Amino acid sequence: MIKHIRIKNNSTVSLWDIPLLNYEDLLEQSISLLQDESCHCVNYFGYPHRDQLILICCIANDREHLITISSSVINFNSVLPSFTHHHLAFHLFEREIHENFGIKYSDHPWLKPVRYPFSRADKNSRIENYPFYAIESEEVHEVGVGPIHAGIIEPGHFRFICDGEQILHLEIQLGYQHRGTEQLFLKKNNLLQRTHFAESIAGDTVAGHTTAFVNLWESLCNYDAEDHLQFSRTLALELERIAIHTGDLSALCTDIAYQLGSAVFGRLRTPVINYFQRWCGNRLGKGLIRAGKNNYPFTKQLGDPLKRLFDEYERDFIEMYDEFKTLPSVLARLEKTGTVTKEQAASIGTVGMAAKMSGIPRDIRVSHPHDWYERMNHEPVIKHYGDVYSRTQIRKEEILQSIEIIRNMIKSIPPENKKRKELSFPAPDLFGISLVEGWRGEICHCAITGENGNLVHYKVKDPSFHNWLALALAVRNNEISDFPVCNKSFNLSYCGHDL
Amino acid sequence: MIDNIKILLRQGKQYIPDVTHAKVPGIFRGRPVISKETIDENALVELCPTEAITGSPVCIDLGRCAFCGECAFAFPDKIKFTTDYKISTNERERLITKDGEDKTIELNPDIIRTEISKYFSGSIKLRQVSAGGDNSCELELNACGNVNFDMGRYGIEFVASPRHSDGIVITGPITENMAVPLQICYDAIPEPKIIILAGTDAISGGIFDGSPALNRNFLTMHKIDLFVPGNPVHPLTFITGILELIRKR
Ligand code: SF4
Repeated sequence: MIKHIRIKNNSTVSLWDIPLLNYEDLLEQSISLLQDESCHCVNYFGYPHRDQLILICCIANDREHLITISSSVINFNSVLPSFTHHHLAFHLFEREIHENFGIKYSDHPWLKPVRYPFSRADKNSRIENYPFYAIESEEVHEVGVGPIHAGIIEPGHFRFICDGEQILHLEIQLGYQHRGTEQLFLKKNNLLQRTHFAESIAGDTVAGHTTAFVNLWESLCNYDAEDHLQFSRTLALELERIAIHTGDLSALCTDIAYQLGSAVFGRLRTPVINYFQRWCGNRLGKGLIRAGKNNYPFTKQLGDPLKRLFDEYERDFIEMYDEFKTLPSVLARLEKTGTVTKEQAASIGTVGMAAKMSGIPRDIRVSHPHDWYERMNHEPVIKHYGDVYSRTQIRKEEILQSIEIIRNMIKSIPPENKKRKELSFPAPDLFGISLVEGWRGEICHCAITGENGNLVHYKVKDPSFHNWLALALAVRNNEISDFPVCNKSFNLSYCGHDL
Repeated sequence: MIDNIKILLRQGKQYIPDVTHAKVPGIFRGRPVISKETIDENALVELCPTEAITGSPVCIDLGRCAFCGECAFAFPDKIKFTTDYKISTNERERLITKDGEDKTIELNPDIIRTEISKYFSGSIKLRQVSAGGDNSCELELNACGNVNFDMGRYGIEFVASPRHSDGIVITGPITENMAVPLQICYDAIPEPKIIILAGTDAISGGIFDGSPALNRNFLTMHKIDLFVPGNPVHPLTFITGILELIRKR
């Protein structure tokens, strides 16, 4: 009964070629696809069309490097059996469909608000009245943290249920950062404005989200980005990974009060982001990635200083990390803290570091390669304990790996094509999908064009969308004082989730 | 221990000795300079993604500008971005650069409240609130305290509790969902207190201006003491802006 169409990353399909199933068949098919360990759902969302809602489900097969697309049409007043009842990885997608469009589910175990978007179906649902899970007992107490936190960090509310110092349950309530980003992609119809939205989805993942956007946009316009553009995007992605991972190691040291590590890793991030500024005038890479062009071509004059930067960085980084990892007081805080098992990670569909830490080899650079990754034999860094230390080790190893990737890349820099062809406009009635492995993990953007080629739907998924629940599971049975280090070890995005 | 000393020696001194006269590396986009060159003004105004440019005469509003540099690429003889990072000011109009002018952006001393110099010139503690910020300004504000910029040496620090702070630093376009928490946080700060808007999103809404998911009423109710433009703000812009604001007068 398999009814779907399979496409590659960064390709498009005519809307009319996406098989339309009845809802029960879509459910059965999606659940059965996920029986295969190499499949996971990369996006599942509703798109209102005429008086009905089209559900589009995208399941990636990592082994076969293909993405399965199928759809179903339902009425807005539907009460449906949920996918989540059969597979937890769908829980947030269905909560989102419920929140945005008012679709009811008969057997969803946790049908709570996601982000309180301005366009939500139920305007009576308000962020100050989030229905937290509670335990009636004299023995436990609740601790509420946020939305505003102690440091300079985005807002979100954490509600702990504790037995003494031990966390029994954590519920994370988000939505404070909701800026209406997906809707603005449609409202402002100039390409530069849309690129700005992509750059602002998460300002710590500028290269990640902007690459997803421009790759998707170019595929809608049937435009093949030349080598030079692909090269620059890939380089920016790896540079961003190095910068943010380094900053995260510094922050982890801060949270365990290891001053030397905090200072040295913190200062090691500086030359990397300053390099971005040297390349494109902005320390976080804003302004660099553009569809169909590149305002800041990467040249040999840029390659040589980067090589020298890495030689110095690597020496200092390894020296610091070697010291850090031999300190018993460091290891005592990181090892066996905030553990997520492989079964848990697989069941909730984590991505990126939050998958790789528990032995799940999920990395778009291998499974659905794009840009320069198609020319590499990338090997993801995999750990197995799922604890804070695994996430720390992944960062360290990925940093060194990314340096090698860049060193190899800049050995031969593809020249810029000064006579590149002009970007045209998106073709009508298309569905497109783009996957990128950002430093946090898998980013997915989907777009639908209408009959004039105008954008009629834009869907963004940050890796944090899947991974926040992993943090909530990680802290169970840990001391509440270990929460900061657990949180930092995931370093998830609030604005990327809230959009 | 010996290893620690080795690392310390190797790292040496990392701080920027004088933040007011630093040279930013590379092609940083700071204060723009607009020439008198005649160009197709409509095309220039149209091009800007955040409506930061207005015509006759050509002006760029740094409170709206996202510093993407696209205008300077399209009209290189008309607009140039300099590496002048001292672009903070306390008067909204001073963020507007006009064509033919090449003057530095300064604070207007006449409108600095007297309490600021009296209470805060030796040290100031700030509470940061991200209200829809995309985590880029937040990263840069964190960087202000790192060993390179070391804002703490001037007595400027971010603190955890509004009760311990002398003011609030807002990032992000201020979402509807953060409007109430922002107000609660502000109310919890003891008087006298200041408000700083950090980044284009906070100053004008930036690219998000006009989004139905925002609620910027807070800003109409209070006087803003410092505008720090940037997308994100550069740590040097932030630090030098505050130093100017709290300077003994
Ligand atoms: S640099 Fe500023 S003024 Fe120029 S186009 Fe970009 S946002 Fe507009």
